[in-house]
Parts: sequence; structure tokens; C-alpha cells
Amino acid sequence: MMACLLEAPLRISVLSEVTATSRHYVDRLFDADPQNVLQGVIDMKNAVIGNNKQKANLIVLGAVPRLLYLLQQSSSSLELRTECAVVLGSLAMGTENNIKSLVDCHIIPALLQGLLCSDLIFIEACLRCLRTVFISPVTPVQLLYTDPTVIPHLMSLLSRSRHTQEYITQIFAHCCKTPEHQTVLFNHGAIQNIAPLLISPSDKVRMQALKCFSVLAYENTQVSMTLVNVLVDGEQLSQVFVRMMQRDKPIEMQLTAAKCLTYMCRAGAIRTDDNCIVLKTLPCLVRMCSKERLLEERVEGAETLAYLMEPDVELQRIASVTDHLVSMLADYFKYPSSVSAITDIKRLDHDLKHAHELRQAAFKLYASLGSNDEDIRKKITETENMMDRIVSGLSESSIKVRLAAVRCLHSLSRSVQQLRTSFHDHAVWKPLMKLLQNAPDEVLVMASSTLCNLLLEFSPSKEPILDSGVIELLCSLTQSDSPALRVNGIWALMNMAFQADQKVKVEIVRALGTEQLFRLLSDPDTNVLMKTLGLLRNLLSTRPHIDQIMSSHGKQIMQAVTLILEGEHSIEVKEQTLCILANIADGNTAKELIMTNDDMLQKIKYYMGHSNVKLQLAATFCISNLIWNEEDGSQERQDKLKDMGFVDILHKLTQASDPNLCDRAKTAMQQYLA
Amino acid sequence: MDSVELCGPAVPDFSTHPGLAAGVAVLQLAASRYLALSEQEKELNQRLRSLYPAVSDQETPLPRSWSPKDKFSYIGLSQNNLRVHYKGHGKTPKDAASVRATHSIPAACGVYYFEVKIISKGRDGYMGIGLSAQGVNMNRLPGWDKHSYGYHGDDGHSFCSSGTGQPYGPTFTTGDVIGCCVNLINNTCFYTKNGHSLGIAFTDLPPNLYPTVGLQTPGEVVDANFGQHPFVFDIEDYMREWRTKIQAQIDCFPIGEREGEWQAMIQKMVASYLVHHSYCATAEAFAKSTDQAVHEELASIKNRQKIQKLVLSGRMGEAIETTQQLYPSLLERNSDLLFMLKVRQFIEMVNGTDSEVRCLGGRSPKSQDSYPGSPRLFNSPVHKASNVITDHLCFPLFPGFDSNYCNGVSSSKGHTSAHSHKSCPPTIPSPEPGVLNGSRGQQTNVSAEVEMEVDHFSNGVSESSSNGFLNGSSTHGIDLEECDADMEVDSAQSKRQLCGGSQAAIERMIQFGRELQSMSEHLRRERGKNSANKKMLKDAFSLLAYSDPWNSPVGYQLDSIQREPVCSTLNSAILETHNLPKQPPLALAVGQAAQCLSLMARTGSGSCAFASVDDYLH
Repeated sequence: MMACLLEAPLRISVLSEVTATSRHYVDRLFDADPQNVLQGVIDMKNAVIGNNKQKANLIVLGAVPRLLYLLQQSSSSLELRTECAVVLGSLAMGTENNIKSLVDCHIIPALLQGLLCSDLIFIEACLRCLRTVFISPVTPVQLLYTDPTVIPHLMSLLSRSRHTQEYITQIFAHCCKTPEHQTVLFNHGAIQNIAPLLISPSDKVRMQALKCFSVLAYENTQVSMTLVNVLVDGEQLSQVFVRMMQRDKPIEMQLTAAKCLTYMCRAGAIRTDDNCIVLKTLPCLVRMCSKERLLEERVEGAETLAYLMEPDVELQRIASVTDHLVSMLADYFKYPSSVSAITDIKRLDHDLKHAHELRQAAFKLYASLGSNDEDIRKKITETENMMDRIVSGLSESSIKVRLAAVRCLHSLSRSVQQLRTSFHDHAVWKPLMKLLQNAPDEVLVMASSTLCNLLLEFSPSKEPILDSGVIELLCSLTQSDSPALRVNGIWALMNMAFQADQKVKVEIVRALGTEQLFRLLSDPDTNVLMKTLGLLRNLLSTRPHIDQIMSSHGKQIMQAVTLILEGEHSIEVKEQTLCILANIADGNTAKELIMTNDDMLQKIKYYMGHSNVKLQLAATFCISNLIWNEEDGSQERQDKLKDMGFVDILHKLTQASDPNLCDRAKTAMQQYLA
Repeated sequence: MDSVELCGPAVPDFSTHPGLAAGVAVLQLAASRYLALSEQEKELNQRLRSLYPAVSDQETPLPRSWSPKDKFSYIGLSQNNLRVHYKGHGKTPKDAASVRATHSIPAACGVYYFEVKIISKGRDGYMGIGLSAQGVNMNRLPGWDKHSYGYHGDDGHSFCSSGTGQPYGPTFTTGDVIGCCVNLINNTCFYTKNGHSLGIAFTDLPPNLYPTVGLQTPGEVVDANFGQHPFVFDIEDYMREWRTKIQAQIDCFPIGEREGEWQAMIQKMVASYLVHHSYCATAEAFAKSTDQAVHEELASIKNRQKIQKLVLSGRMGEAIETTQQLYPSLLERNSDLLFMLKVRQFIEMVNGTDSEVRCLGGRSPKSQDSYPGSPRLFNSPVHKASNVITDHLCFPLFPGFDSNYCNGVSSSKGHTSAHSHKSCPPTIPSPEPGVLNGSRGQQTNVSAEVEMEVDHFSNGVSESSSNGFLNGSSTHGIDLEECDADMEVDSAQSKRQLCGGSQAAIERMIQFGRELQSMSEHLRRERGKNSANKKMLKDAFSLLAYSDPWNSPVGYQLDSIQREPVCSTLNSAILETHNLPKQPPLALAVGQAAQCLSLMARTGSGSCAFASVDDYLH
């Protein structure tokens, strides 16, 4: 602390710019008579209130280290120490640069040390200053957690006075930014200590306590689960929050209480069909999206609402008819408005600042609204210029907006009808493809997932996308480190291969390369494996395609099939594999790859007797294809398989309780009778 | 007397019940139905009162059910006119049918809300819920015509005075509860479905709309909830928001542009109020500390204070005497005032509080029911309960406040032009006849038309009065100091007896009554009929018709609170002779604000609902 006292070169260099009076104030801090020092500090206090220039001057002149020194000296009178803390608090109220200077002088440990004093007035002055420093964006939050004794001590100070309550809760609310912070505060009894403050007679204390709960509960199951069981003055916490959402309460309070309940709901602590969610939280959040609210409130309201209803279709349905939400959101795209540009520069600046935030919030909310219900999707796409807005959102400079726009597009792409109509009309695939060329993974995942839907067989966008060289792009996605991107890449290829031309199929196999294909078949991610098998199955459809692919890659494919059937895999994976085998059995020449492979035939036999009907069905289908009458060499195949005991098995299966399996076995048996 | 009770269900007239012969069972059924009904009615009254406190149910009754008179013939009503069913053919839109509520929505609601539950969607569910003005064709669904607005279940569209709807909300069907909220502040309307607000449906609504429902196909049945049951939607919460908005508007209203102007005005008002009510010490201190001049001699204030104290402690005889002494010509010139004071004196005699009878009675004047202190502030709950009397003398909120002052014309004459009188009828309407049912009729029989013979009653009265208590009749002169000194209320409140129980006092009272009677006749001859005076006298004399006047239907006159209007009228009259305003500017301002609010209610400004003057008087 003493080290940064009196840095002479600095003082001299700026001396000329500084008024003599400021100089005088600092000099008095060094007076030999403690009484004069005290008077000097008091005069300084009165001089700096509301005077940013004066504050900056004093800081430059080195007042801060001296004030901190006086504050920490045990020989200083309590009054002097308190006045020092007050002046420091006042300096902190200035610009961000002031805060930086204060933090650089190690004001935080000094003030935290001060909290150990027993005098309440002094403690309050220290806390007030700490509060101002900590709520500034330039202060590293971590400084609150460096000393492990600080949080428990702050908790213990909560009972001291209304002021300590206000400042401490405000510090917590601003400094709880990560799950680790949540845990630290939770473990030190934040919930029990702060809950009673929710019914404090002081508005400020109530508000800050509420904010604490919203940051504590955010994506935190442990906190949320604890909160539902907390009683405040005999009342459940959720009911206290509900009361704070009443429409005559300050907007900030309504919004924050709605956030608390949203987080508790998302953590599973409150059911989504609970009245406090359906009839209170949701309507409150919709109100926050209305034009009457400030832009910041509208952003927060929309984001919170999107988060609340994301997993629940019923909430989505209710929100979609509440207060014209869908058309209300359209207004989010009208900033800066043409009026503001002409009339008011300040307003324009404000609008511009929030325009991106508003747009991304609206996209998020649309995405959430439309994620399940077809009618809602229709309503969204019918909103004025909606598709145009998404299209231009996809190419906005702000990454946040792009991501939200593609999320929205993805949500809407789940609709068959929209894929057929509005998606095609607005050629959304173009900006989407552009987005895929160069974007962070987060965006890529969403964009490629959307592309999967656009490549569905019935989608009219499929053709133009194919022509735009999408195959290479998708194949490169399958090599990504991110499982989500690999899935999306292979999934899109699978969709593309469905009932595709021979040319496309060949192109896919060529671009992907058999090596990559087989690498994917041993992918640790089951989803990737399933979609790869799906791709294979789609490639191996219609006889000429089967024969062609099998003639060039038959050996590897049979190897892969064997490997999977022998490995530890889920029923779904094995079923998919048996279906591939059945497709191979449908080929003209490809059949022989199975017929000549006794090991494979034994495997088929095994699965025909499997306990799972799905596997039995797929295996029987395979045999049925092999013994199909009208094809060349069917007689020999029938004989061979009969010799291997397949007829007995088929016969047994005609008695199966599953009607599908029974039918399939009977059809197969008929091949022998004909 | 609370106005709401007026609209309570009439007791079923069992004598005309067709099933009387059938026996007791029917009667019991009817009785239990009546009980259930009155339970519901009670809940309804309670809810309406708490939702719409600013609505005067006498001036503008609230909708409570569908009107059996204001409906198309295809509509059937049941369940106390709350259930609506369709009974037409329902083949084409020409078979549509609507029903309106019994009353239109009063603007003083501020925010009005009702709900309709779909009991059955019937064949096609062509149901419309909404609003329409009186006279709109009932052979239609709400929304299709001018001044008609509706939300339709089959397509979820809103119809704003047009045959073609606009996409508005979801469709609705059996089991759904649809709410309709009219905001009379910004003249908009929104609907709710199962407790969820669907957003604004209509703007620029005209005034005086009726809740309306329309049905179009067989089997359609809906139930209305005008407040009989709790609402599904949280309308109170919505109202809270608007109350806050209106109050914020009031709080932010710009006042006095020049520095200190506002404060000076407030100080003036407070000072004048103190002087008016003769709080001389306080007034002096206040004037001194705020550096103001008092526009009345201190002695004069003290005189008024003396008289007021006499009136308020029930010592009317002395009050009249003192007034005549201090203001010799006042009562001579103002014979109506004198008459009123004398009538009050008569009442105080009956009460046993007037000095003349007190001297005759045995009880110490101190122990009598003396008035507990100074004039009340503008509004005490007791005041409200006593609204029944006439509008002029007992304007409840402000002693002596005359309704003519609503325009701020502080004429020194009692009555201003007919014009202002017409535009601003008194806030407190006179009670409807029959309010006091049986007892009022009885009282009228006793004292109406025929000149009352006081003697006629005296027998009955003396029977109930005891004959003792003559011993204390020593004529000790009661001076004011004694009265000033203690004003404690007699907590024991032993049996109250006519004129304090003294025979001599009763005789004096009867004699006084005769004098009063002849004064009344004299006044009538000289100045023509005066219905207010006549009623006053009639009411006062009616006290003698009961063996226990305090517990009689006219007993309210004996309540000490009734001294207040007399007191303030006298005070105002005295002030007028000094060319001072007959009521303090503060009361005038408060009265003006109250009048403005009721004027707003009448002219359809809904914000009056959330700006009660009482809220600002703590």
C-alpha cells in the first residue's frame, strides 16, 4: 500500500493541469494535526460530490493511496476512517477510469479488511464504496472470491442493518456470474440469509435480494430445488415471487421475479403446468415484450420467455395466443425507426444500440414458439415480412443475430408445409449455404441441422442446394471434431441419398470416400453410427444401385456389416444393419455376397430366432429377399437355405404372435410352395 | 343504509305461490332456493363493491344478469337469468339471436370485466361474446352491426361493427371460459380465454355498452359470470396496473409554475381551515410560523368557538342565546336558520342534553352524552353511515358544503342559478322511498299532513318515563368553562330516558314543541311552504312516537354526529355576516374534487374510478 504513495513523476507531469484548490485538498491529508486531517477529508467530501472533474483531479494528485492509508491506520480515529471511506465511495461514483484507478490502488482488499471493524457506520461506508466498485463492469468479479473468508463475513453482516443488506445483496447480485460463484454463495447459506430480505420494508433491499435469487437460480438445479422449499414468513418463496409480479409493482421487480420462477421451472423445481407459471410468469413475460416497455426490458422479457417455454409445447401454445405476442414481436425489427432518425439523435443512438439485441431476442422467441406446433409456425411465417427478416438476419454482421436467425429458421424448417412453400419462395437455402461456408461451430450446428431438413426428399429446395456443391461441404462436416456437426453432416447426406438419382449416390460415395464411410461406422457417437447406416441403406435402394455399389464396395460393406452385427450395439443399430443386409439381398448380383458367406447366413439365422421382434422381422425380410421366386437362381438359393434349416425356422415363425412377423414368414414360405 | 341492499332479492311472496296447496315441500324448496340465491347475491354484491368502489349503484346500476326484456325470442334464459340457451331453428345467420345485460357498463368502473363459460357449443358453435349499445338489433350476433362488438367462437375472429371479422384469437368451444374486459379509460376492449389475455380487440369504443352474447345454432348454452363467482382471469391485477398509472398521472401533474407559489397556497388553505373551524390557538401558531396574516379578529374566532362547542355538546338553548347576544341580528334575519336551531334544540331536549331540560333533570350535565371533541375531519366512517337524511343539511363530507359549489362559484347566496344546480345534482341522492320499509311508513302515518298534536303523545311517553329525579332541579347556571373542562363521554351509558327522565323536563319539552309548531306555522304563513323545514319538524316530532326513541327508525337524529351539520351551518352563517366565506377553501377544494370525479363518472371518463378523493385524505 505504501508503495504507491507519492509517485512523484506522475504528480509533477500533470501538475500544470490541476487546479491549485485540488492540490490544497490533498496537501491537507498530510497535515500533522489529526484534527486538521479530518477537517480536510470532510472538506474534500463536500468538494467532490457530483463533481467529476474534481474527482479526476484528486485521483491524479494521489489522494487515493493517502485516503486508503488513513482508512487502514488503526491510529486514525473512527470518524476519520469513516470519512475516508465516504470520500472513496464518492470518487468511485465518477467515471470508469476512476474505478480503474481505485482498483489499481488495491482499494478492494483494504475495504474488505475494513469490514472487520465493529463500528456499523464505518462498515456501511466501506460497503457502500465496495458496492459502487463491484457493480462497475471494469472491476474483475473474481476479486470478491480471492479471500475465502470474505463471503462468510458478508453473510454475517447481512443482519446488521438495512444498508448492509442493500449493499451486500447488490454486490452478490453483480458478482455471481458462474456456476462456481453460485456454489460458493449457496454453500455459505445465501438462500437462508437472503430469503427473509424479500419481505424487507425497504424497496431497495427487496429488489436486490430478488436479483440475488435470479442469478443464483440461473441454470442451477441445486439452488432451484432448494428454493421451492424455502418459506418466507410462512409463505412459499414461489408465492412471494408471484406477488412481486403484480402489475402495480416496478417493472424491474416484475421482470426479475419472473426470471426467478423461469429458472426454477427450467431446473425442474416447478412444473410447467403450475399456475404460477401458466397464469402468472408467462403472462408477465409477455407483458414485458410489449411496446410500452423499455427496449432493454423487451429484450430480457423475450429471452426469458423463450427460455421458459422452449421445452413445453403447451406453454408455447398459450404464449402464441397471449396478447398478440407473435405480431408484437414483429415490432422488434423496427428499430431504429424512421421517425427516430429524423427527430432525435439521442433516440437514434439508443435505438441503434439496442437494435441487434432486439432482433436476436425476437428470433430466439420465434424459434422457441415454433419449435413444436405446426399452427404456430404457420402463424409466425405469416407475420409481416417474416421470411425476409430471417433471410437478412442470416447475413447480419452480429454473430448473435445470425445465430438466433438460424435457430428460428431451424425451428420453422420442421414444418413440411413451410419447407414446401415459404422456404422455397424465399430461397432461404442461399444465405444458409453462405452461412455454412465460414461460421463458428455454434452457428454451423444450427445451420447444418436446418440444411438437413431442407434436403428432405419433398423439399423443393433440395435440387438447387445439390447444384450448389453442398456434398463436399457436408462431407467435410463429417470430419469435424464436434459430434453434433458430424451427425448433421451425415444426416444431411442420408436425407440427400433418399430416393436419389444414381448420379447423386455415386457422387456421395465418391466425395465421402469409403474410408471415411467406414470410419463413421465405428464412430463413438451412436447418432453418427445410426445416420451412417441410414445413409448406407438409402444408397442401397433400388436394384441397379444396389448391384452397382456392391460391385465396387461389396467387400468392405459386408465387412462393416459383420463387424456391427458382432459388436455390442443397441437394437436400433442392429436392426438398421439387418435392413441394409435385406437391401443387399434384394440386389441381383449383390445377393451372392450373402449366399456365399455362410457366416453371414448363420448370423441371419440367429437373428430370426432373436427375442426382439424387430430384429426377427428384419432378418426374415432378408431371407425372404434371398429366396424370392421370380429371380435367377432362386431355386438353388432356396435349396441351400432349406438345407441350412431356414424352412423350419420360417415355419416356426408363421406361428409367431406378432402379426407382421407372422405375415412375413408366411410370404417367405409361399416362395417354397410356388 | 347501504345502497346495494336496495337491489337485493325480494322476499318471495309465498301467498301467491301456485304450489301453496301442494304443501310444505314446495315451500321448503323455494326457501332453500332463496337462501342459496341470497348467498350468491351476497357474494356478487361484495365482489362488485370491491371491484368497482367508485360506482354509485343508484345512479348507474351494474349489470347483474341478462335482461329477459332485452333479447331476441330465440334466446331462452334460466338460472336467475345467467344461463343463455338457443331455442331457434339455427338454419341460417338470419336465425342468430342475442341478449343484453340488464344494465350498461358504468364509466365509473374504470375497468369492467365479465366472463362467459361455454356450457355447450351446440351444433356449430356459432357463439359471439361482446358488447352492444342499447337498441342494436337482437336478431344478430354481437359485432355485426354498428355499435356492436363481438368475438366469435367458430373462427376466433373479432367483429367490430361489421359483417366481416378480423383474425383475432383462438377459437373457443365447450368448456372454455371467455372473458371480456372493457377499459373505460382508454376505451378499449380485450378478451381472455381460460384466464389468458388475448390482447386488444377493439379501440375507440363508444360509451354505455351492454354486455352481450349471441348464439346461432341449436344446443348452444353459455353461462355468464358478472361477479357471482371468482373470475378465472386475474382482473384485479389488471386493475392494479391502471390504478397505479392513474395515480402516477395525478402525482406527476404539474403544479404552480412559480417558485413557492404552491406552498404558499397550501399554507393559506390550512390556515383558513383552522380559522374557519375556530381552532384559534393552532391557527395563531400556524399563521405565525408560516408568516401569514389572519383575516379575522381573534376575539371573533373565539366567539365562534364558544358557540360551536355549545352546539356540539348539545346545549342548543345556550348556543342560540349566545348567538343572539354576540350576533344580534343574525338569527332575526335568518329565520330558517333559527328554526333549524330550534328543531335541534327540541331534539336535544328529547335527548336530555339541552340546557333547559338539563336544569330540570337530575343528572349532572357532565355525565350526559356530550360531544367528544371538535368537528370531525372530512370523512369519518360514521358520517357515511348517516347519509340518509337530506342532501342539503347533511352534506356528509364537508360540513355545510353546498352542492352548488361544484363549479367553484362561491356565491354568498345559498342557491345559485338553476343551471348550475341542474348540472350538478347533489352527490348524495335522497334515499328512495321505502328504504326503511315498514317503519318509515308508520312514521309517516303519525306525522304527515295532520298538524301534529304533541299532547296526543304525551300520555304514552309519560308512562314510560319515571317520575323521580326532580330533586336535582336546582338551577345551577352552567357556564362554558365547565363544558370546556371536561368532555368525557359517559361510558356507563345507563338507560337513556326521555328528557333525562324528568317529568318537568318532559313538560318543558312538550311546551317547547308547541312553540316550535307555532313557529313553523308562522314561518309558513310569512314565507310560504318550505318542505325542508316541514320534514325536519316531522322527523323531530316522530321521536316521540316511540317508547325508546334512541332505538327507533328516527333515532339517528339523537346521535351526536347530527350536531355537526347544524354546527357548521350556524358557523357558516356567522362567517357570512363578517363577509368571510361560509366554508373553508380547503373543504371547497376537496368538495370540488369530489364533484369533478362524479362529473367525470357521468360524462364517461373512466379514470375517475382510480382517483378517489379519500385516497388523498389521510
